[in-house]
Amino acid sequence: MPATAPAATAAGPPPHGAPDVDPSGARTPSAGPSREVARPARRPSGPAPDPVRRRAAARRRRRAWATFALLAGPNVALLLLFVYRPLLESLYLSTLQWNLGSPVARFVGLGNYREWFTSPATGQVLTTTAVFTVATVGGAMVLGLALALLLDRRIPGRGVARTVAFAPYVLSGLAVGILWLFLFDPRYGLLATVLGWFGLASPAWYTAEPWPLVMVVVVYLWKNLGYVALIYLAGLQAIPQDLKDAAALDGAGRVRTLRSVVLPLLTPTTFFLLVTMLLSSLQSFDIIQAMTRGGPLGSTTTLMYQIYQEGFVTGRAGYASAGATVLFVLLLAVTAVQMRFVERKVHYA
Amino acid sequence: MSAPTSARTTAPTSARTTSRTGVPAGAAPTGAAGRARAALAALRDLPVGGWLALVAATVVLGAPLLWMLLASLKTPAELYSLPLRWLPGAPGLTNYAGVADSIPLGRLFLNSVGLTVVGAGLKVLLGLCCAYALVFVEVPFRRVVFGLVLATLMIPPQITIIPNYTFVASLGWLNTYQGILVPGLASAFGTFLFRQHFLTLPRSVLEAAALDGAGHLRTLLRFVVPMSGPTLAAVGLVSVVTEWNDYLWPFLVVDDARLMTLPVGLTLLQNVDGMSSWGVLLAATVVVTLPILLVFLVLQRRLVAGLTAGAVTG
Repeated sequence: MPATAPAATAAGPPPHGAPDVDPSGARTPSAGPSREVARPARRPSGPAPDPVRRRAAARRRRRAWATFALLAGPNVALLLLFVYRPLLESLYLSTLQWNLGSPVARFVGLGNYREWFTSPATGQVLTTTAVFTVATVGGAMVLGLALALLLDRRIPGRGVARTVAFAPYVLSGLAVGILWLFLFDPRYGLLATVLGWFGLASPAWYTAEPWPLVMVVVVYLWKNLGYVALIYLAGLQAIPQDLKDAAALDGAGRVRTLRSVVLPLLTPTTFFLLVTMLLSSLQSFDIIQAMTRGGPLGSTTTLMYQIYQEGFVTGRAGYASAGATVLFVLLLAVTAVQMRFVERKVHYA
Repeated sequence: MSAPTSARTTAPTSARTTSRTGVPAGAAPTGAAGRARAALAALRDLPVGGWLALVAATVVLGAPLLWMLLASLKTPAELYSLPLRWLPGAPGLTNYAGVADSIPLGRLFLNSVGLTVVGAGLKVLLGLCCAYALVFVEVPFRRVVFGLVLATLMIPPQITIIPNYTFVASLGWLNTYQGILVPGLASAFGTFLFRQHFLTLPRSVLEAAALDGAGHLRTLLRFVVPMSGPTLAAVGLVSVVTEWNDYLWPFLVVDDARLMTLPVGLTLLQNVDGMSSWGVLLAATVVVTLPILLVFLVLQRRLVAGLTAGAVTG
C-alpha cells in the first residue's frame, strides 16, 4: 500500500510503487541517464589508460564538479548559511547571558538551562504546551478521520465539502486568527448568537481562563482539519474494496468493519499524521500572536511563543536560545520515534 | 505508481466521482435520458444521514469565511447591532477605504505579490537545479550532499530565528526586501520532491539526449523540465502559499510600514485600530486571504497534491 506509507520525508525511501528499483541505480554509470553513459564507448578497453586519456578523464571530472557546484551550490550554500550555521550558533548563544543587540555577553555555561528548568513560569509554559498539543493533535485526528469517512462515501456534494474543508489550511494563520477573534466576540460575534439559539451564554472568551486557550485550539482545529481529512481520505481510498466486502460477507457491520479492517489498515496514515501534526502544533505561532499574544497572564504561552517573547520582546536572547534548544530536542525526539516506526513498517509492508 | 500520479489520487476529482456514482455497472448511459436515469439511481441510494452530516460539516467549516466576507461589507452600525444583521444592507467598500487610511494598503499588497513571486520563483529554481545535480551529475559524495539537504527538513525554522536575526542585522539587512527574502530561500522540501520525481523519469529519453551530445543545461531545460510539469506546479504553488502567508520572519525583520507584507500589516492595523473597528480589520483579512483563496479554487488539484505530497511520497 505504497500510497499510504508514512512519509518519510526524513528517511527518504525509494520511490514508492517501485520498491524493487534501487534508487541508487541512477548513480552507477552504466545505468545513469546522464551524459557519462557515452563514456564507455570512448574509453579504451586496455587496463592502463595512457596519460592523454587520463588527463581527459580528469578534465571530465573537473567539469562534472563544476556543473554540480553551479547547480547545487547556491541551494546548499543557503542551507549552510541560514539553517546549519544558526543551529550551531543557537546552541552557543544558549550558554551566554546576552540581550539582543547588546555589545556585552557573559558566558554562563548551563546557567540559562538551570534557570529555565527551575523557573516558576516553566511549569505553566509546559502545561500550556502539553494541553494545546494534545488538544489540537488529538482533536484534528479524531474529527479529521470522521470527516474523511464522510467524504469517502458516495454522497453528492462531497466535492464541494472537500474544497470548503481544505480551504482554511491554505490561509494565513494571522488573518484566520483575527477573523475568529471577531467570531468569538462575546457580544457581537457570530458564535454568541449561535450559542444563544441553544440557550447558552457566551463565555468570556478573551479574558477568563481556560477560554482563551480553548479559543486558540478551536481555530487551530478549523485551520488544519481539512488537511488531516484529505490525508485520511487518501488512505481510505487505498484500502482495497474486496477487503471490506469480505468483512461484510463474514457478517461484519459497518462499525465492526471500521474497527477491525479499516482502522488497522490506516495505521501508517495515522502515524504519519500524528507526527506531522505534532511537529506543526509544537511550532505554531501565528494564531496565538493574532488572538492572544500569549495572554491573558501567560495562559496561552506555549514553548514556541515563550521563545519569541523572551528573545524579541524581553530581549533575553541567550535565555530564549536555551528554550529553543529544549524545543528542538522535543521535535527531534518526535522525529526519531517516527523513523524507528517507519523502519519497522518497511519490514512487513 | 510515480509520485505525481499517486498524489493525484488524493486530489479531488469530482468529475470522475460523479460519473462513477449511480451509474449501473455495464450500462454506460448515453444522452440526457441516461443521465437522468443515473441521477435517479443516485437519489435512491442517497444516504440521508451521511448527507445531512456532510452538509452540517460544510456549513460549520465554511461559515467563518462567508461571515468574514459579509462583515467586511457592512457598516459599523450593522456590525454592532443585536440581533445580528445577516446581510449588509448596502454593501460598500468603506471598510476597505478605512484600511487604506491606516496602513499603505496598495504598497503592502505589491510588496506581498512581489516577494511571493520572486521568492517562489527562486525557490523552485534552486530546488530544481539542486535536485538535477543530485540525480544526474555524477560526482562522489553527492549522497552526503543529499543527506545534508534532507536533514534540514528536521530543523524547524523557529530554532534558527535569533541567530538569523542577528546575522541579517549585522549585514544591515533589517528593513530591506533581501532581509525578508534571502534567509528563507533555500529549498529542502522542493529539492526532495524534484529528486523523487527525477528518479522516475524514463532513462531512455535522457540517454538519447546524452548521445545527441546535449550538455547538462540543455538536458535540464529541453528534456527534464518539460517532463516535470506536475511536480513544478506542486512545488511552485506550495511555495506561493507559504511565501504569501509567511509571518514571523518578515514581522521580525521589518518595522517600516512601507516594506511590510500583508500579514505583517495586519498586525500593524491591529495595533493601530485595536479591536474597536471590526469592519476595517475584517476588510484587511479579506485582502490577505482572498488572493490565496482564489489560487486555491482555480488550481485546487495541483495545490492539494503539493501540500499533501509529504504523505504520499512514502
